[in-house]
Amino acid sequence: MNRTAHAVRVGLARGWHEFGLSVRSPQDQGFYVFMAVATLAYLFWNRDDRVEGTSLLMPSVALPSMLGMVMVFGTVAGPAFSLALEREDGTLLRARAVPRGVTGYVTGQVLFQSLQVVPVFALILLPGLLLFDGLAHRGAAGWLTVAWVIPLGLLAVMPIGIVLGALAPNAQKVGTWGMLPVFGLAAISGIFTPITALWGWVQVVAQVFPMYWIGLGMRSAFLPDAAAALEVGGSWRTWQTVAVLAAWAVAGALAAPPVLRRAARRTSGSQVEAAREAAAQLVR
Amino acid sequence: MTSETAVAVRGLRMRYGTRDVLDGVEFEVRRGEVVCLLGPNGAGKTTTIEILEGFRARSAGEVEVLGTDPATGGEDWRARTGVVLQSWRDHARWTARHLLRHLGAYYTPYSTPARPRPYDVDELIEMVGLGEHADQKVRLLSGGQRRRLDVAIGIVGRPELLFLDEPTAGFDPHARREFHELVLRLAGAEETTVLLTTHDLDEAEKLADRILILADGRIVADGTTAGLAERFAGAARVSWRLDGERRSVTTPDATRFLRGLLAEHGEAVADLEVRRPSLEDTYLALVRRHEAGASRGESAREFGAETGGRAPGPGRIESGEAAR
Repeated sequence: MNRTAHAVRVGLARGWHEFGLSVRSPQDQGFYVFMAVATLAYLFWNRDDRVEGTSLLMPSVALPSMLGMVMVFGTVAGPAFSLALEREDGTLLRARAVPRGVTGYVTGQVLFQSLQVVPVFALILLPGLLLFDGLAHRGAAGWLTVAWVIPLGLLAVMPIGIVLGALAPNAQKVGTWGMLPVFGLAAISGIFTPITALWGWVQVVAQVFPMYWIGLGMRSAFLPDAAAALEVGGSWRTWQTVAVLAAWAVAGALAAPPVLRRAARRTSGSQVEAAREAAAQLVR
Repeated sequence: MTSETAVAVRGLRMRYGTRDVLDGVEFEVRRGEVVCLLGPNGAGKTTTIEILEGFRARSAGEVEVLGTDPATGGEDWRARTGVVLQSWRDHARWTARHLLRHLGAYYTPYSTPARPRPYDVDELIEMVGLGEHADQKVRLLSGGQRRRLDVAIGIVGRPELLFLDEPTAGFDPHARREFHELVLRLAGAEETTVLLTTHDLDEAEKLADRILILADGRIVADGTTAGLAERFAGAARVSWRLDGERRSVTTPDATRFLRGLLAEHGEAVADLEVRRPSLEDTYLALVRRHEAGASRGESAREFGAETGGRAPGPGRIESGEAAR
C-alpha cells in the first residue's frame, strides 16, 4: 500500500467530515447565510438598474461577478484563518505527531475549503434565479463553463490563502494585512463596475490577479455574447483566463508546499503553550 | 547503541541566542523502561523532549531515537513513536471517538503482526476510561477527560516509544491514579518504552524504573529512586523526645546512632522517629547542591520560586518546607 496515497485518503475523509461538521454548525450556517443575504440584498436594491449602454439588468452582470468574488474571499480567507488558528491551537501539531499527518491535514483543508463554495453558491444562486430575470442566458453551456472556472479558480486562489495562513504571525494579523488587500482588489476587479470604466493602470493591476479573471469567466458563463462588449477588448478572452489562472495555480503549487513545510516544522508544544498563555492573558 | 536501546543522547546542546539551555546532556533509555525526567522549571526538560520527538532542531550533539536521528527520522519513524500533546481548542467540534478513529487511521499502513496498528478505538476508549464521554464533542469535555483523550491519541498507533510531557498536570488524585495504572500497563503488556517529564515527584517515584534529573542544562543524576537517595541525600533523619524536649539529628547510619542513643538514655527516649530520605529530599538536596556549585544560579532561583508559589500536591508539602 502506498503510504502517501493512504494519508491523502485519510485526509479526504477528514475534509469531508470537517465539511459535515461545518454545515451542521449554527455558527457556520450563520456565516453562509450572511454572505448570501448580503449579496442578494445588494443585487435586489439595484434590481431595476440597467448596465450603461446595454439592455442588461444590473443583477445579471453583477451576480456572476459577485459569485466569483465570494469564492475568492472564501478561498483566501478560509485556509488563511484556519491555518493561522490551527498552527496556534495544536491542530497542526497533532497532524505532525502522526505519520504523514501533515499530508492528510493539507488534503483535508483543500477539500474542506473547496466544498465550502457549495453552500455559499447554492444560497446565492437558488434564490437569485427566482428573484431576478435573465440570469442564466447560456443554459447548459454556461454551467459547463462554471464547472471549469470554479475548480481552476480554486487552484489559483487557494495557495494564496495557504501561504497567508502559514506566514501570518497569528490569526488576527490575517485579517489586517491578509484580507484588506483582497478587499481592495475586489473594488478594482470589475465586480461592481465594468473594469473598462477604470483608469488604465488600475486595469493593468487588476488583470495581474486572479479575481478579475474568475469574475470574467463567471460572466462568460452567465451572460449573452453581446455583453462581452463591456469587457477589455470586447471579448471574454477565454484562453487568457485559462492561462492566467493556470499560471497562478502553478505558482501556488510551487510556493505553498515549502511555506507549509516551514510552518509545520515550526509548530511545537511550546509554541502552542505560548499561544495558549497569550490567549489567557487576553481574556484576563 | 544496541537494539536494546530506545533512546541515546550524547553531548546534546541547545542554544537560544547566547544562552545554552542544554549544555551537554547525556543519557540512555533501554527498551521497555519507564524513565522520568525531572528538573526545575527552565532546566530544559520540554526542549529535550521536543528534540527527541523530532519537533525541534538541536544545536549540537548526537541523538538516536529507536535507532534513528529524530531530526531526519521521517514519517515511517514517526509511526513508531507516540506523543501525548496537551489539547487546547483543537478539534473542538469533533467527538472524541471520531477524532481517535481519524488519527488512528493514519497508522494502518504501519501495522505489523507483532504490533497491530492502530488500536481498536473502543478498546482504547475503555482503556483510558473515557467511557460514555467518547461521543461528546471535544469542546464539552472536562479538563481531565481531555487529558485522557490526549493520552489515547498518543497511544492510538501502538507506539514502541511514548513521550509524555507533564501528563498529569490538572488531574485530580483519582484520575492521576488511573493514569499511573495505564502507563504501567502499557510498559508491561505492550512493552512500550516511556519517557516522561513531571513536576510531581510522587508520580516519578511510582512510575519510573529510573530517574534522570536535569538541572542547569545537564543531567546531574541518573538512577533508581533508592539508588539516588543513597548517593545524594544519604543521611536519615532521627528525631526523639528526651525529658520533654524535642531533638533531631541527621546521620548516615541511623541504626548505629539509635543503638547508642538507647544505650545511653534507655527509657527516657520517647516519640522516636526515623525518616529515610524521600525522592523529594534527594531531589532538593541535588538541586541545592547544584545551585551552590553552579556559576549560573538562574535555574535554581526559578525552582525556589516555583516550590513556594505552587499549590501543594501530595508530594509537595514537604518540598516547600525543605526549600525554606
